[in-house]
Amino acid sequence: MTTTTNVTAAQAISTTGDEGATGLAAHRSGDDSDDRRLSQLDALEAEAILVIREMAGELERPALLFSGGKDSVVMLHLATKAFWPAPIPFPVLHVDTGHNFPEVLAYRDETVERLGLRLVVASVQDYIDDGRLRERADGTRNPLQTLPLLDAINDNRFDGVFGGGRRDEEKARAKERIVSLRDEFGQWDPKNQRPELWNLFNPRHRPGEHVRVFPISNWTEVDIWRYIDREDIPLAPLYYAHEREVFRRDGMWLAVGPVSQPRDDEPVETRLVRYRTVGDMSCTGAVESPARTNAEIALEVAASTLTERGATRADDRISEAAMEDRKKEGYF
Amino acid sequence: MAATLLRLATAGSVDDGKSTLVGRLLHDTKSVLSDQLAAVERVSRDRGLTAADLALLTDGLRAEREQGITIDVAYRYFATANRSFVLADCPGHVQYTRNTVTGSSTADVVVLLVDARKGVLEQTRRHLAVTALLRVPHVVVAVNKIDLVDFSQEVYERVEAEVRAVARELGVVDATTIPVSALDGDNIAERSERTPWYAGPSLLELLEALPPSDDPAHESFRLPVQLVIRPQGAARDEAHRDYRGYAGQVASGVVRVGDEVVALPSGRRTTVVGIDLGERSLDEAFAPQSVTLRLADEIDISRGDVIAAAADAPVPTQDIEAVVCWLGDAPLRPAQRLLLKHGSRTVQTAVRSLNGALDLDNLHAVPADSLSLNDIGLVTLRLAAPLPVENYSVSRRGGSFLLIDAHDGRTVAAGMVGATLPSGAPAPTEPEGDEEWEI
Repeated sequence: MTTTTNVTAAQAISTTGDEGATGLAAHRSGDDSDDRRLSQLDALEAEAILVIREMAGELERPALLFSGGKDSVVMLHLATKAFWPAPIPFPVLHVDTGHNFPEVLAYRDETVERLGLRLVVASVQDYIDDGRLRERADGTRNPLQTLPLLDAINDNRFDGVFGGGRRDEEKARAKERIVSLRDEFGQWDPKNQRPELWNLFNPRHRPGEHVRVFPISNWTEVDIWRYIDREDIPLAPLYYAHEREVFRRDGMWLAVGPVSQPRDDEPVETRLVRYRTVGDMSCTGAVESPARTNAEIALEVAASTLTERGATRADDRISEAAMEDRKKEGYF
Repeated sequence: MAATLLRLATAGSVDDGKSTLVGRLLHDTKSVLSDQLAAVERVSRDRGLTAADLALLTDGLRAEREQGITIDVAYRYFATANRSFVLADCPGHVQYTRNTVTGSSTADVVVLLVDARKGVLEQTRRHLAVTALLRVPHVVVAVNKIDLVDFSQEVYERVEAEVRAVARELGVVDATTIPVSALDGDNIAERSERTPWYAGPSLLELLEALPPSDDPAHESFRLPVQLVIRPQGAARDEAHRDYRGYAGQVASGVVRVGDEVVALPSGRRTTVVGIDLGERSLDEAFAPQSVTLRLADEIDISRGDVIAAAADAPVPTQDIEAVVCWLGDAPLRPAQRLLLKHGSRTVQTAVRSLNGALDLDNLHAVPADSLSLNDIGLVTLRLAAPLPVENYSVSRRGGSFLLIDAHDGRTVAAGMVGATLPSGAPAPTEPEGDEEWEI
């Protein structure tokens, strides 16, 4: 027997009516489900895996952005779970600023090797060397990543790119969809975004366009650390407290290195520090911290009075709309 | 007990103070960090304001800050000791149906703002109608700007009575009202001494106490198959060369090892022999966990199929009656061809008839020959292949779908299956009883 019924327009639209209310109330009255309620981390994990699998099913040639930073490491971990015991069925893409922390590059290569992944590198340095990009006056290379990223997407015909962007990071990112369309120039149009309904994700697009996919959109920085702790995910060592030669600039501790040399009025000190974010070494600051374990870091982050970008990213302090402007051009 | 997640959406008319309320919730739960607050204070000062304008916390786009309005849904995060909140801040005036539908589709609770001085407006009725249509489990009506009516009990009770009457008329599942001042923080985090006549909880107390959602784990088991996991020679561990699993999110219900299940639309039955979450094996999985099922028999199941409880499986159909919220710039017209996405399956569909539209002023159905952006209507759809859709009133997951423009890929409608019609199609696509599932 089929259980179908015919209804009139008025009846169906009045699913808003009384009988609907009764249905739901009755449905909820048998609630004995406290033991079957996902914890916050489990709910976030389930949502991320849903998105990763759905895009793997819908897209022809996706890639996953992997910098070696904590958010992209969590993304890789989730992808590993999503396809287990099969390998991750797409390559990872790194936009290399040429200003990376050496520990992070080493970590990137070890991880790619351990998981048997194919790594595609788009090099900002190559673009500077042959004149397609010019070094900025302030020396930061974060905004320079957009062109190599878009070229890599075109050259490899990637139709979808997974990123570890989180909405809690920044106010323009708070406006971002989980599956977000980019036009043929790689541009984001925040005023004209697709509605994202229920758990149904639609990455369809015209040739030349692509989608950016952010499965951990709904995670906060604390969620990331609690998850890293729970799942025991190995990270690059600079996330944990260590002694480092640093100097003070713009209210941040910058590491002494090839692209971040102290000026005469910036004395070098050895401090116990760790990194909350890893990016362009010339503009990514360390924070003073004694936290050596994931659990200690989760507690420290939960109690912090500064956002991770406010604390550690000089380039996001340029203007109220620095991230929005970069994103519109096609940045991560 | 680990913290739980509650998804809430806000809605309100222009100038109801919605962004201020969101800013206040973030501020009072100490979710605003000092560098964010400093930025808000700096911009507020530049604009000649004497106090920090908390609305600036949520207006993330340059155009929003310039115009002082919210253009698109923004997502915000805050937490109390026992609960974390994902907040979808939905604009009230620009594309209100589109944004309220979007926010409501995933929400456990909608917080709707009403200006105490104005009471229930036409737009309040529309928002309540959408939350009822989308079956949002809880609605909280925050009667805001109570400070501007001198904390008057009489005014509040008048608005509360209006809200109650409209909610009853529209069939809102569960509506609660609270008198608040988002600007000053009255009854937001803590109960206000300035409304001694109000005995109920503060907004935050209420949000902390609400049962998380309508509980999909109590519905019948359904799992739309997203991928077939079959590593073969690519297995990183020799032991998994012959692994074959069906990956997807449990959309509703509970599945246990040993359960008899049926694959749809083929109708083949088999038994669950294993449930994997990464390398961990589980005895049972429940909605909304993302897992991989191993089955006793190698039957033909591919992406887009649904694995359901054998005892209580939906009947696939090619004909659907549904309420759609039209989100496309070009109007919907009868006979139009579109794509329909339900679960992990996308099929072609044709609009057989447009059976009426919701008159948003009077909130009743009227005849219509097209649906424009932000219209809500009832359609009959013919599908190119049978789908195991369910009634939205039984299952929000099993009864929801997208309509997609095949040419540019845009999502043009949110659909809720109201009722399915007997298709009259040949027997293999429209079996009459359980026996016929055995092929």
